[in-house]
Amino acid sequence: MNFAVLVFPGSNCDLDCHKAVEQTLRQPVDYVWHTETDLSKYDCIIVPGGFSYGDYLRSGAIARFAPVMDALVKAAEEGKYILGICNGFQILLETGLLPGAMLRNKTLKFRCHKVMLRVENNRTPFTKDYGPGELIDIPIAHGEGNYYCDEETLKKLKANDQIVFRYADENPNGSIDDIAGICNEQGNVVGMMPHPERAVDMILGSEDGKRMFTSVLRTWREKHDPAVIG
Amino acid sequence: MIKATIYVTIKRGVLDPQGNAVQGALHSMGFDEVGSVRIGKYMELELNTDNRAEADNRVKAMCEKLLANTVIEDYRFELQ
Repeated sequence: MNFAVLVFPGSNCDLDCHKAVEQTLRQPVDYVWHTETDLSKYDCIIVPGGFSYGDYLRSGAIARFAPVMDALVKAAEEGKYILGICNGFQILLETGLLPGAMLRNKTLKFRCHKVMLRVENNRTPFTKDYGPGELIDIPIAHGEGNYYCDEETLKKLKANDQIVFRYADENPNGSIDDIAGICNEQGNVVGMMPHPERAVDMILGSEDGKRMFTSVLRTWREKHDPAVIG
Repeated sequence: MIKATIYVTIKRGVLDPQGNAVQGALHSMGFDEVGSVRIGKYMELELNTDNRAEADNRVKAMCEKLLANTVIEDYRFELQ
């Protein structure tokens, strides 16, 4: 299975995502620069956290027009697996691959600490290895993670089971309905504010993020490569 | 040359954490008459055109595509 980690000027979690794939899954993974226009060789594309283009204007607003984004939209339409983490989630919102928008944290503070998440949907390609309603320990690090959508969109998200993660204890940013992560209607595009790539080894304090990566590999293998034993 | 001035504000009904913080600060300074505070963005664009109708369309497109996120923000602009 081939993984890509997109790199924009200002991405700073690209290395962590690359390492998470390399060390957790031992699968081929490439950094793909934002000027590239072809993502056809990749099965899973990770849009990492950071501050793409300095987050000028709004988080993710300028990255949305990077040359690589047309290829990303095409990959999403083809059903490839796409995971946007933190700034990556903001970019997916700006692109319209996921509904809603991001506001500044209600507390106005940049929050960087561990949070407990509840897995609300364990049927997405990225969450299959979790139990339904399982509580997992994944850190956050963001100043604009206050997910917002209008009432109608929220109803749709609930009706289609698109809320993937909720904050289980305190909501650190004031997001609507305690949302920490959502997916598109098809389920192949997932966006989340917490950082699973920072929770793949006990040396980091938690390895609860590991299963996001093992989930997508298992999903892909079930579809494409049933004979290979991991 | 046409100058466009663009105002982007967070929609009514959508939380404006910056506005709330500034409101709190003004209250603590004794400016108790301040009701709600909304904070937005102000932009000035110089356009190399004299065609106002075209400029109007183009600036609207810029606002819709990039300068405002219409999920959470309203915009208005003036051409001079």
